[in-house]
Amino acid sequence: MSDIFNIFIRSVFIDNMVFAYFLGMCSYLAVSKNVKTASGLGMAVCFVLAITVPVNYLINKYLLQPGALAWLGDRFAQVDLSFLGLIIFIAVIAGMVQLLEMVIERYMPALYMALGIFLPLIAVNCAILGGSLFMQEKNFPTVAHSFAYAIGSGLGWLLAITAMAAIRERLKYSNIPEPLRGNGIAYIITGLMGMGFMAFLGI
Amino acid sequence: MKKYLGPLSKDNPILVQTLGVCSALAVTAQLKPAVVMALSVTVVCAFSNLIISLIRNTIPPRIRIIVQLLIVSFWVVLVDLFLQAYFYDISKLLSVFVGLIITNCIIMGRLEAFALSHKPWPSLMDGVMNGLGYGLVLVIVAFFRELLGSGTLWNYQVIPKALYQIGYLNNGLMILPPMALILVGIMIWIRGERKGVKE
Repeated sequence: MSDIFNIFIRSVFIDNMVFAYFLGMCSYLAVSKNVKTASGLGMAVCFVLAITVPVNYLINKYLLQPGALAWLGDRFAQVDLSFLGLIIFIAVIAGMVQLLEMVIERYMPALYMALGIFLPLIAVNCAILGGSLFMQEKNFPTVAHSFAYAIGSGLGWLLAITAMAAIRERLKYSNIPEPLRGNGIAYIITGLMGMGFMAFLGI
Repeated sequence: MKKYLGPLSKDNPILVQTLGVCSALAVTAQLKPAVVMALSVTVVCAFSNLIISLIRNTIPPRIRIIVQLLIVSFWVVLVDLFLQAYFYDISKLLSVFVGLIITNCIIMGRLEAFALSHKPWPSLMDGVMNGLGYGLVLVIVAFFRELLGSGTLWNYQVIPKALYQIGYLNNGLMILPPMALILVGIMIWIRGERKGVKE
């Protein structure tokens, strides 16, 4: 139990998607202009990660890993389908996003209005595919670990984009050198925030 | 020829369009992985552009995103297997970032914005040029990070040993992830200073 909690804390603060791995930077820079939309996108990312990472975990464990097909009988024990990993992961993500969009639209119209425009964008957010790939690399023992990792990474991303949006809202009132305005200063601030997050390394 | 040169500077994918930033920063601690990454992205971008452009009239618009993702991931798997076969140590170093080329927004962006509406040859050129524009930034960032961070270039010692003896130290900060962001920020600044601001 405690190592699940460890994975969770680690993925929020230390291995933060944005500051340590630069995943999802494109939408992070493009959508962090105001807090409301930023937190909406953050929530959507969190949601999709929490669903796709455990699903991909199960697929990886029972279909793709070398020797994963052993449950089908001895003849399949040698089969190694890991080269299909990338294609399957991206297909699962694209499919899941489409499915989620339809489910949310039907049953939770309020949430759909809040997330609506962001959901299709998420299929090509590197943070989502990155989550699945890191999950594969880290080799978690159970599906609960991968779920904790997914929720943690999602929350870390949400935290980063909301903080960034809050800072950028304030930035409008500050006097920045003309050529640096917009994206230039956004990169530098993200770098500084990343340095701040490195303080968590000791935990 | 001139119309293809835009992505190198005027419409640079990273500095101006803010596309494909994710992988750009993570692989730039050293020059070698950065160059390999740049070449991989160029290859994937060029050939998926070409294929999408060849079949652009037969793709049903509603499922085009999935078709594009599949074609891009086909090329990425090829590149990944190639790297694992011939450059195993670099492929270990790049780890998940080769896989992440699939979701690199430069590629999807070019497919959507260019390949779907242009003939194969211009699409191929557009893909190559955007890949190179992306690579240019990667190489510049990696050059400074490796030179100042470890005193080497392409794994060869550049800063002379004598300098270390009189007290020169490598700037460890350069190796850490945040410096990549700050370097790109500075590049945007310099670019903006020279070309005038476009917001």
